Amino acid sequence: MLAYIIRRVFQSVLVLLVVGLVAFSMFSFVGDPVDNMLGQERTQADVERLRDQLGLDQPFVVQYWRFLEQAAQGNFGLSYRQGRPVAEILMERLPATLELAFVSGLLALVGGIALGIFTAIRRRGVSANVIMTASLIGVSLPTFLIGILLIYVFSVELGWLPSFGRGEVTRIGGWTTGFLTESGLKALILPAITLGLYQMTLIMRLVRTEMLEVLRMDYIRFARARGLREKSINFRHALKNTLVPVITITGLQLGSIIAFAIITETVFQWPGVGLLFINAIQFVDIPVMAAYLMMISVMFVGINLIVDMLYFAIDPRLRVDRTAGGH
Amino acid sequence: MTDTPVLSVRNLVVEIPTRRGILRPVDNVSYDIHAGEILGVVGESGAGKSMTGNAVIGLLDRPARITSGEILLSGQPIHNLKGEALRRLRGKKMGMIFQDPLTSLNPLLTVGDQLTETILEHLGVSQQQARERAIAALEEVGIPAARSRIDSYPHEFSGGMRQRVVIALALCAEPDLVIADEPTTALDVSVQAQIVALLKRLCRERGVAVMLVTHDMGVIAEAADRVAVMYAGRLAELGPVREVLTAARHPYTSGLMASTPLASQGHERLRQIPGAMPRLGNLPDGCAFHPRCDYAQDRCRRDPGPTLETCDGRAACWFPLGAERKQEVGA
Ligand SMILES: Nc1ncnc2c1ncn2[C@@H]1O[C@H](COP(=O)(O)OP(=O)(O)OP(=O)(O)O)[C@@H](O)[C@H]1O
Ligand code: SF4
Ligand SMILES: [Mg+2]
Repeated sequence: MLAYIIRRVFQSVLVLLVVGLVAFSMFSFVGDPVDNMLGQERTQADVERLRDQLGLDQPFVVQYWRFLEQAAQGNFGLSYRQGRPVAEILMERLPATLELAFVSGLLALVGGIALGIFTAIRRRGVSANVIMTASLIGVSLPTFLIGILLIYVFSVELGWLPSFGRGEVTRIGGWTTGFLTESGLKALILPAITLGLYQMTLIMRLVRTEMLEVLRMDYIRFARARGLREKSINFRHALKNTLVPVITITGLQLGSIIAFAIITETVFQWPGVGLLFINAIQFVDIPVMAAYLMMISVMFVGINLIVDMLYFAIDPRLRVDRTAGGH
Repeated sequence: MTDTPVLSVRNLVVEIPTRRGILRPVDNVSYDIHAGEILGVVGESGAGKSMTGNAVIGLLDRPARITSGEILLSGQPIHNLKGEALRRLRGKKMGMIFQDPLTSLNPLLTVGDQLTETILEHLGVSQQQARERAIAALEEVGIPAARSRIDSYPHEFSGGMRQRVVIALALCAEPDLVIADEPTTALDVSVQAQIVALLKRLCRERGVAVMLVTHDMGVIAEAADRVAVMYAGRLAELGPVREVLTAARHPYTSGLMASTPLASQGHERLRQIPGAMPRLGNLPDGCAFHPRCDYAQDRCRRDPGPTLETCDGRAACWFPLGAERKQEVGA
């Protein structure tokens, strides 16, 4: 198991190096940053000074290494547009995105698993079929459309919930939270549903498929033949086995929520890193874009690793180090 | 044996409605099993052996269902029980053992968990007592060091040991009847005999009635007291094991015997029954076996299929072997 973990960590580092290379390459391939940073009126001296300051006169490999070194310390340089350290800007925006992703993820996970179990157990029931049909719509509608529909119904027509922004936030240390005020919580509802709906339907369909598969297994039949209660068969015997394969994909889905947040944040003008990224693209603010890419990939890889560990925790067959030797 | 049989199946019919009409995988089957007795059930693949067992324990897969006949468990009718009432009987009054021990156990629960949950469900005992009973159950089926292995997961046992665990699970709530559907088929030849011996011992010691479904005539010869031979959903022959094995009356039984290597038969060449069992959808008229039967006569094709009741009570055949074979005279 240890060897496996080490291998996975090694792979993760490799992935990050590649993403880092992509992020770094953007600096050299997407226009000359010096042009962007200095306006029309500039002297050759200004240009030289800035080039030197940014380290742009050094060889590619050296620059890449410096970039990695800096990135590892959370230092991504100055935003071309705002002139402030990128890390500082990101940290300001991150709480908004993480809180949104957390709530949507929770919604997707809890809702997806619950509905998946329900539609599997009651697979012939009317309500299960209605949910399955509705989920098809959920999967096929693009996120922004769902967001706009929700805004139309709940903000424009009913006027119950705000259509943009984060509401009132409370500052706790370096963190800003919308969880503590009514307007903050209200503002979370629509974006969280918009962002989580797609993942929820995916998780639901996955759980349902797996659960139906598991319910056909011999050990379920044997559990029935032993007179165990349906509740125990569904939730003790079937669910646990369902979750083993579901956990991997679900984990990845949750990771992608943060990435998907870009669209939702744009629709709802949610002041998170996704919106920051979109704005950065408009202004070709390479340091912000690069930092965003790196940050997202670190999260992805991290979630992946955690998912793998969970896999070990849940399935005893993978814990090879404790085989007691059969006969 | 004058006491009430543990299991009494009376004219059982199981039907499957399909687009092409109604199939009868179990057609008018009747037999009894008494306490401490093993009834062997043999027949080719698709003969309806599993279907009969599943019908008894109430685990028929849709759309198959019992359409007529009775199933009595210790005299009580159970064929029309549903849901909760049936669930209470399963495990407690009747247990089932499946073919493949690799897939019969939940891989994510320890052997002890699976045993104690079954015991707790059916016997009013405490958690601690349930665990002690679980250990005793494992010991009884011959798991060495049961106390230390109770918290192991199924994958930590070998195939033969797993089948012992399965047997312990089926018997842990002390049922009166056990249906074992090919319990040795998936096992190594070397452990098959041990499992059969174990079943036999438990049956004798506990007085459990056992329905032992198998393809293996050797297993029948070794363990069964009586044999039921099934063909195309019907009983072909039913009788004491010695008589059926040494003096088969139904031509199908005799064909099965001739195609099985048995020590008692010496070095005779094995002979397969020609042809294959017909599909349920197009059973021939008359005796379902007639297209393959060496002794078939006009009556076999013409009259409604012979049953145990309409024949001599032992073989469903108009012209049973051993009896003096009368050639049909005229038409
Ligand atoms: N859903 C179904 N639709 C149509 N026919 C079915 C269905 N399920 C089972 N059957 C048929 O019912 C018959 C009885 O099957 P059963 O499983 O009882 O046979 P078996 O004697 O146990 O055979 P085996 O030795 O292969 O286990 C078979 O001919 C099978 O084809
Ligand atoms: S009834 Fe006729 S066809 Fe059927 S088994 Fe007997 S002899 Fe053969
Ligand atoms: Mg079978």
